Amino acid sequence: MRRYVIRRLLQLIPILIGITLLSFGMMYLAGGDAVTALLENQGVAVTQEVIDAKKHELGLDQPFMVQYLSWFRGLVTGSMGTSYVTGKDVFQTFVSKLPATILLTLTSVIATVVVAVPLGIVAATRQNKFVDYLIRVLSFVGNSLPNFFVALLLIFVFAITLGWLPSISANIGKTGIAAISWTGLVLPTATLAIAMASKYTRQIRATVLDELGKPYVAGARARGVSEGRILTRSVLKSVMIMLVTLLALSIGDLLGGTAIVETIFQWDGVGKLAVDSIVMRDYPMIQAYVVWMAIIYVMVNLVADLLYHYLDPRVRLGGDD
Amino acid sequence: MPGGTTCDGHITVRTQRVRRNHTGAKLAVFAMLAVAVLAVAVLAPLLCPYDPYAQDLSHALEAPSSAHLAGTDRYGRDLLSRIIVGSQSSVFFTLLLVVMVAVLGTAVGVVCGWKGGKLDVVLMRTSDVFLAFPGLVFALAIAGVLGGGMINAVLALAAIGWPKYARIARGLTLAQKGEPYLAAARLAGCSTAQLVFSHILPNIAGPLLVTAMLDIGTMMMELAGLSFLGLGAQPPVAEWGSMMSENRSLLQTAPWTIIAPGIAIFITVMVFNLLGDTVRDYMDPEQRGRRKDKDESEEA
Repeated sequence: MRRYVIRRLLQLIPILIGITLLSFGMMYLAGGDAVTALLENQGVAVTQEVIDAKKHELGLDQPFMVQYLSWFRGLVTGSMGTSYVTGKDVFQTFVSKLPATILLTLTSVIATVVVAVPLGIVAATRQNKFVDYLIRVLSFVGNSLPNFFVALLLIFVFAITLGWLPSISANIGKTGIAAISWTGLVLPTATLAIAMASKYTRQIRATVLDELGKPYVAGARARGVSEGRILTRSVLKSVMIMLVTLLALSIGDLLGGTAIVETIFQWDGVGKLAVDSIVMRDYPMIQAYVVWMAIIYVMVNLVADLLYHYLDPRVRLGGDD
Repeated sequence: MPGGTTCDGHITVRTQRVRRNHTGAKLAVFAMLAVAVLAVAVLAPLLCPYDPYAQDLSHALEAPSSAHLAGTDRYGRDLLSRIIVGSQSSVFFTLLLVVMVAVLGTAVGVVCGWKGGKLDVVLMRTSDVFLAFPGLVFALAIAGVLGGGMINAVLALAAIGWPKYARIARGLTLAQKGEPYLAAARLAGCSTAQLVFSHILPNIAGPLLVTAMLDIGTMMMELAGLSFLGLGAQPPVAEWGSMMSENRSLLQTAPWTIIAPGIAIFITVMVFNLLGDTVRDYMDPEQRGRRKDKDESEEA
């Protein structure tokens, strides 16, 4: 296990270097535009001389590797420059918005598990019965609905028609997690959970069916072990192992995939920050968002992998691969 | 008890027979539906009841009626016509995107699997780096840097889409490389190009095709999502995602302006998802439901 951990950590190094190179390179290619955007945001008349002077001031006329290394140093020390729009520190802004996105991610994951696990198991145990068909149709529909449409439908039904819940999640004037109203959490969570639960219900159903078809289940049945006991004692375990990896992966996906939902619900997290920055062409902010989301995603995946190794004795004891 | 039914051999046999009979018929039906969607996109200009760009402010924001089946938007443009024309950008750009990632990914994967060595390591590590960006993060940033426009949105999504195909193609190529028939073909005097194009590619095309079919729906939603954020189609071009974004503020007063294009996306995505699932089942009845899991972990 320890050897595996060390090897995984070493494998991480080239990936992290690749991530930073790619994030930086992308913005480097946009370099000229970035300065124009900056000057336009400051309301300066844009002439070639002004652009050149600003480029020199920001060090953008340096060779690629020089720029990259100084940017990398900033990344490690947490000083990634200031926003072209607000003038605030980019890294600080990103960190202040992160808790809101993490909160939304966690509530969505919990909602997904609460919905998908029972539905998947029910569908599997009632295979090819009406309940199974109903669940499969629903999960298919959920899979085919774009999340922005789901979000708008939920707003239409629950915020506009019924008036039960607010359609906007943030309190004006505050930022980050302080801005979030708790009732405002419900609709964005539901939006994200509908898509994920649709996906996982199918997979959990498939896993349970797979497991129920194995000889040991037939053996247990032959010995008269009750169906409920088989499900809770044996089948649920295999579902759990699958679920841990899937969820860890989807946490990463959610962290990066909430941009649209956050924008619709005015949820003050990093996704909305990214979309706002893109609209304003706030390049340092986009850069910080991209590179940090990738780093977080890689870390979450690593933890998931290790956890999977730890949870599944077949993998853990079966050698280092 | 539910256990009684699953243990009962007779019932199991019957359900299997029913399923097998359905897959072929299902494939035909869904393929026809998909062709119908394509036909709507191709024939869009002929099918529109009104000019999709003609403004008529005296008929602005009319609810669906017999004259305007899907209602009108704030400029009095007929929504049904806009949806029909919008199918062009959604369908064509999605297909362009899927073909692009599938071809590019397959090319990289086959080269990696075939050549091996340093080239393989470099290309695969590169694909790892692309896979390290979660969800749409990287696509958002690329679309942001490139600016709006459908082509740029397609490029942004292609940048995050190709590694999946590269990995699958590489694995399949490696598996084929060890097959005796390939050695036989080489002994028979086949050149490398012949081996790759007339032996390897036809043998690995199946799984790649299935993956591509299954991806159409997702990619269509992602493209529409980028348009919704203003990073794809630009108004006044009729595109479903940007139509919904444009009309967002009308959700309270004129919900049909959002629901109608939403239903259009939903139906189109569902048709392609159904087709993808059926193609998968048809090609590989044994693997029903399993390959999906594999794909998911592959994306990690």
